[in-house]
Amino acid sequence: MKHFSIFPETIFSLGPVSISDTVLTTWVVMAVIIIVVYVFTRNLSIKPTVFQEVLEAILEAVEKTVKDMLPVDPWLVIPILGTLWIFIGFSNMAGLIPGLTTPTADLNTTFAFAIISFSMAHIFGIKTQGLRKYLSHYKEPAWILLPFHLIAEVTRTFALAIRLFGNMLSGDMIALILLGVVGFLVPIPFSLLHIIIGLIQAYIFGVLTLVFIAGGIKPRT
Amino acid sequence: MDSLTIIISVSIIAASFAIAMGGYGPAKALGEALTKALESVARQPEASTQIMRTLFVGMALIESIAIYAFVIALIILFANPLIGLVAK
Repeated sequence: MKHFSIFPETIFSLGPVSISDTVLTTWVVMAVIIIVVYVFTRNLSIKPTVFQEVLEAILEAVEKTVKDMLPVDPWLVIPILGTLWIFIGFSNMAGLIPGLTTPTADLNTTFAFAIISFSMAHIFGIKTQGLRKYLSHYKEPAWILLPFHLIAEVTRTFALAIRLFGNMLSGDMIALILLGVVGFLVPIPFSLLHIIIGLIQAYIFGVLTLVFIAGGIKPRT
Repeated sequence: MDSLTIIISVSIIAASFAIAMGGYGPAKALGEALTKALESVARQPEASTQIMRTLFVGMALIESIAIYAFVIALIILFANPLIGLVAK
């Protein structure tokens, strides 16, 4: 039975930076996404192939979701948000391949994602309405609520990271424990459930980021 | 009993208690959310796709509270900071 730990294993180190197995898996996921997208967007045609159809459907779904939620031009956030979305989705699926560890079952990866989402909310807020007006939304109902706004900034980022991490880790752990107890065929339904959970969690991560961005941008009047 | 044994046994009890209490609340909340969603689908079947989509997102958000308890239990079991104080 595989040794279980909630910390990633270090494979090798580049100087002071240690490269763990989750980082390696992240590189594999990046390479897969880049290759897939490159290969299937080389010969774009008006009568699309199946794969072009799938890619277009993903992009349209992202665009529609963003357009429904943001009061500004959706293409301001689609490039980075869509990337985050697709990348988390692929990362959540990566653990199903034997030999790879789920990159998002590592707290460092999810915190990196959460920090990106945290900075996106501020950067887009400042970009769309200027620094002064953006900061003024912190005193929105009353000045006395300022500390709660600041606490909420930290806790929601923390919760975003812990949520993704916990969901992915629990899926892996359940499969591992069942493998130790029953072994044959029983872990399969749980792996199928894990696929659904991975996709839903990727969706939720993106949607929550979108909600935070929309909260920083001035609401529609 | 030396202090290491006490810390370890208390950690095990605390971890199971954390997951028990952390599972109780979200389970109730999930049941409530599902009940309300099914009621609304029965009342308005044409809005079922939107209700189901919102339900799934909401359920995952509720579930994350149980996941927080799970993470706390894992920290207590696998990365207990107090053991380092005793066992050098």
